[in-house]
Amino acid sequence: VCIHRVRSCSSVRFIKSKYVCVFDKSALKFSHQQRLFRTSAVSCGQIVQFKLSDIGEGITEVTVKEWYIKEGDSVSQFDSICEVQSDKASVTITSRYDGIIRKLHYSIDDIAFVGKPLVDIEIDASKGVASEEDVVETPPMSHEEHTHQEIKGHKTLATPAVRRLAMENNIKLSEVVGTGKDNRILKEDILNYLAKQTGAILPPSPKAEIVPPQRRAEAVPAAPKDKARKIPVPAPRPIAFAGKDKTEPVTGFQKAMVKTMSAALKIPHFGYSDEIDLTQLVQLREELKPLAEMRGVKLSFMPFFIKAASLGLLQYPILNASLDENCQNVTYKASHNIGVAMDTEQGLIVPNVKNVQVCSVFDIAVELNRLQSLGSAGQLGTSDLTGGTFTLSNIGTIGGTYAKPVILPPEVAIGALGKIQVLPRFNSKGEVVKAQIMNVSWSADHRIIDGATMARFSNLWKSYLENPASMLLDLK
Amino acid sequence: MVLQSLKNCLWLPCVLRTPKACFWSTASGGLIIQSVSNDVYQNLAVEDWIHDHMDLEKQQVLFLWRNSPAVVIGRHQNPWQECNLKLLRQKNIKLARRRSGGGTVYHDLGNINLTFFTTRKKYERMENLKLVVKALKALRPQLDVHVTDRYDILLDRKYKISGTAAKLGRTSAYHHCTLLCNADKFVLSSVLKSPFKGLKSNATPSVPALVKNLFEEDPSLTSEMLLDAIAKEYAMQHQIDHHITLINPADETLLPGISNKTKELQTWEWVYGKTPKFSISTCLNMVYKDSVLDVKVNMDVKHGRIEVCNIDLPEQWLPPGLYSELVKSLTGSKFCPNETTTLVTTLLRLCPQDDELHSRWRLLCENMIRLM
Repeated sequence: VCIHRVRSCSSVRFIKSKYVCVFDKSALKFSHQQRLFRTSAVSCGQIVQFKLSDIGEGITEVTVKEWYIKEGDSVSQFDSICEVQSDKASVTITSRYDGIIRKLHYSIDDIAFVGKPLVDIEIDASKGVASEEDVVETPPMSHEEHTHQEIKGHKTLATPAVRRLAMENNIKLSEVVGTGKDNRILKEDILNYLAKQTGAILPPSPKAEIVPPQRRAEAVPAAPKDKARKIPVPAPRPIAFAGKDKTEPVTGFQKAMVKTMSAALKIPHFGYSDEIDLTQLVQLREELKPLAEMRGVKLSFMPFFIKAASLGLLQYPILNASLDENCQNVTYKASHNIGVAMDTEQGLIVPNVKNVQVCSVFDIAVELNRLQSLGSAGQLGTSDLTGGTFTLSNIGTIGGTYAKPVILPPEVAIGALGKIQVLPRFNSKGEVVKAQIMNVSWSADHRIIDGATMARFSNLWKSYLENPASMLLDLK
Repeated sequence: MVLQSLKNCLWLPCVLRTPKACFWSTASGGLIIQSVSNDVYQNLAVEDWIHDHMDLEKQQVLFLWRNSPAVVIGRHQNPWQECNLKLLRQKNIKLARRRSGGGTVYHDLGNINLTFFTTRKKYERMENLKLVVKALKALRPQLDVHVTDRYDILLDRKYKISGTAAKLGRTSAYHHCTLLCNADKFVLSSVLKSPFKGLKSNATPSVPALVKNLFEEDPSLTSEMLLDAIAKEYAMQHQIDHHITLINPADETLLPGISNKTKELQTWEWVYGKTPKFSISTCLNMVYKDSVLDVKVNMDVKHGRIEVCNIDLPEQWLPPGLYSELVKSLTGSKFCPNETTTLVTTLLRLCPQDDELHSRWRLLCENMIRLM
């Protein structure tokens, strides 16, 4: 039978665990007492008041700035409990005990006093009351062991429970590899050490369990032939995996993606893909790169792709349009604000180059440079990120050939560009030659765009890129 | 003075199992190290590393370091309150939050940083600062420098040339301070002035002070001379050789785990997310079509994220559905211009393509983002 004491503090909180009891005589004075019957024989925990220890320099009070734990959390000795501040000094207070936090005596920004209780910790009664001293000394060893410790100059950190386990198994803590914080020796480390010594079967590490599939495959064909001999089936061993699921709220860039893509779902997409021979363009770019560098601009393939797209949109303006909410009206946008998908540390952003229809390839390169440096610094403005009418995604810089891009509303089309590969192709004479091949995958809104339009646009775009000189004829 | 460069020696006395006999056992009393890096995050990571891993019982450490332009705020401070974030971003000045308490400082190569590592029991700031003053006086006896009871060092009884902060852990502690030799005072004063109005918080406020460079008092002084003088004094007081050992904060074999510490110090969660809860109550003056709109904005920010957001717009200025979408999006997201820009521009994709609406939206959002 254990006496359950109802706390008298303003936030009345029932201690959830069944096996808590308080050896506090004052509890008997309370009129509200409940008797809980327990069926399991669990020892009662003792609540110890952990006092704020001396900070030094004669400081008597500090401000509590951050709690690292909350009531109900379990702590181990040396875990950080809170951060307090006093006169330009920030102090990390660590726990002296293993146990469960039962009460925080201060809130954030309260003044805490040295020598007064900071938190109440319930410790396991079987361990006894922990001494006031930090348990850092090693358990009794031979003198030789002790000097060995000093030469190494390191302290063996281990909680009293771990030390007891080591002592019970005649293990020298100095020989155990600690894997905890500050190289602290954990219970698992003792068990691993034991396993190695005695050859005991412990749950193996996940790595050991990965049996190469080939071996199994080789073993299996032998079985049907030889029925007399039985192949021993390995007994399923429990795989010890310490990983935990982690749930976090969707915020920031992810939230933006969720909204955009959910809206994009409403658009009936169709795809159209093709292969572009960029051999001539590759050569052209090589020639123009140094010229651009002289002007202080990095020239990639994108400015060519973007300009060619704009030339194509002049012939097929429906691809640069927008359908209103009720699908009643189509608005043909005058400006070709071509968006370029960018992968940043935080996630996907799509800034756009404004008015490509009046920009030269070099102008586009300059603007792309500007957007790229702002994008990687996380300093793109709202005008850079709004007003797009058509988008290109150069996923090929990372990899891939064919893709299925998703249209970004309120646009009606998008193109994904794969990587440029050197592949063998037949030329007009029937000879096999080296060609620089890139794949493009278009997606368009089938409510207002039909396959033929998309195909013709793509062919036009392709022809400009396969024969860059033809762009000169139509450049505005 | 001998500058010794470290090569393949596992010399750091730490809790690692180093089987070889290390030379630290021969050096007793103290160790002087200097960072070869000017990256504020790397250098702060070295402090963390020494604090967490070195056994300071037998040997105290003096760490000397300098940073390229950076603003360093104290553990419990509010960057929006302490500095001009817009100016920092413009000038590409880094922002770091250190683990020790205290106020905000501006670092550049004209400022030197000294960190005194001791055990928790031997933590004694006044002694360290007196050491610095003694070193300065030994170098230039005519300098009028003294330590105040606020742990500042004043020049000519008026100008602050050094600020102090400290960190105490379970078994070790460190006290670090700055020393203005030849820092850019103009940049210093402009970045440490926050334009923010209407911010309410319990974060540690900085106490502004009149500063002066030692170089102004005596143009013959350089950072190197000061570092050397302080190292010499430290060596004398700890009875060790006047050696300064160079360390590279990027060296993972010498300082295992240091790159993780460096990375953590650069995360948004540490620099901005550790800001104590604060609230903003301000008024946006938006100029729209020849009239000025006064829009009251109230926000609560916790862990750097917007907890509560209220924007007092004129009725029907924005369609109510869109307004609630805006508030819903902002709630829970970072109080950060980049993230907010992404969110608001995304929302614009999903609303009717009306030029008037778009321009109103952009006006409001740009004003909101300017707050961050």
